[in-house]
Amino acid sequence: METTFTRSTSAARTRRTSVRSKVVSLIGPATILAGIIWAILQPYRLTLLHPVGQGFWWLVFEPPLLVAVVGVVFIAVVARPLLADLEEADAASR
Amino acid sequence: MLPHAEMVHWAFAAGILFVGLCLLSEAIVGPEVWRRRKWRAYLWPGVAFALGVLLWPVMAFFTNSAIHMYAHGAWAQVLMLAGGAELGLVHGRLRSPLWRLTWPLAFAVSGIAFIVHEQNAWTFARSAFLHHLLGWTFIVAAAIVLPLVWRPRSIVFRSGFALIVVAVSVMLFCDRDVAPVFGHLSPLAGVAHR
Repeated sequence: METTFTRSTSAARTRRTSVRSKVVSLIGPATILAGIIWAILQPYRLTLLHPVGQGFWWLVFEPPLLVAVVGVVFIAVVARPLLADLEEADAASR
Repeated sequence: MLPHAEMVHWAFAAGILFVGLCLLSEAIVGPEVWRRRKWRAYLWPGVAFALGVLLWPVMAFFTNSAIHMYAHGAWAQVLMLAGGAELGLVHGRLRSPLWRLTWPLAFAVSGIAFIVHEQNAWTFARSAFLHHLLGWTFIVAAAIVLPLVWRPRSIVFRSGFALIVVAVSVMLFCDRDVAPVFGHLSPLAGVAHR
């Protein structure tokens, strides 16, 4: 069926999917950026920048880096396959 | 040779942040797309359950008073219960929507445990401030996630759930063992180590 109504509904759905894709694809980079900004604002929280005299655990736990790592893991594990599925779902519904 | 308590808080904050980002993505794309891959449906409930399990060693090795031990034990139990119930719902083994009450319950118990086990005033030190703030945040959060029992697909409440979890992770990342809050640190709290 090809009517104006069907075309406009489909266009609206595509627009919605595109907005959702953009938001999902921004979550990971925004998280990484938050970690980087934190590291710039509070460089003393990164003991790797001044490692002399620091204990083992102080060198393992770097809070700004942890935030950035969560962002990277999220992009690799969740966001990429999720965006592919979102496009697939959109294509299937067209 | 154990890590400091604040480091354990940061590690949990990272796990909770990951759960929050997953919840936010699920709220944005909707459950149909989110569950297109079977493993993804189990992802955040599984991580939440694992965080509950990991709270037990925290309770055993990092608590220095009975009240701290009870609080961490309570968090371990309610997080395992809520994560486990969510796993059961995703798998289809649990069908009653009332199982979703486990999240408001977990938040309410967590909030009360935070407030009850913090015996100092808000501005005693940063950790005291964060304990009070986390406690009240969890209590408000319990009211926000309660409607999800009846409206599990509501994007507003799902997003609210996700943002609360992200906010909790931010608060945990702010935690330090001895640090001032708004420039105030009680002399009874000890010396700030950095």
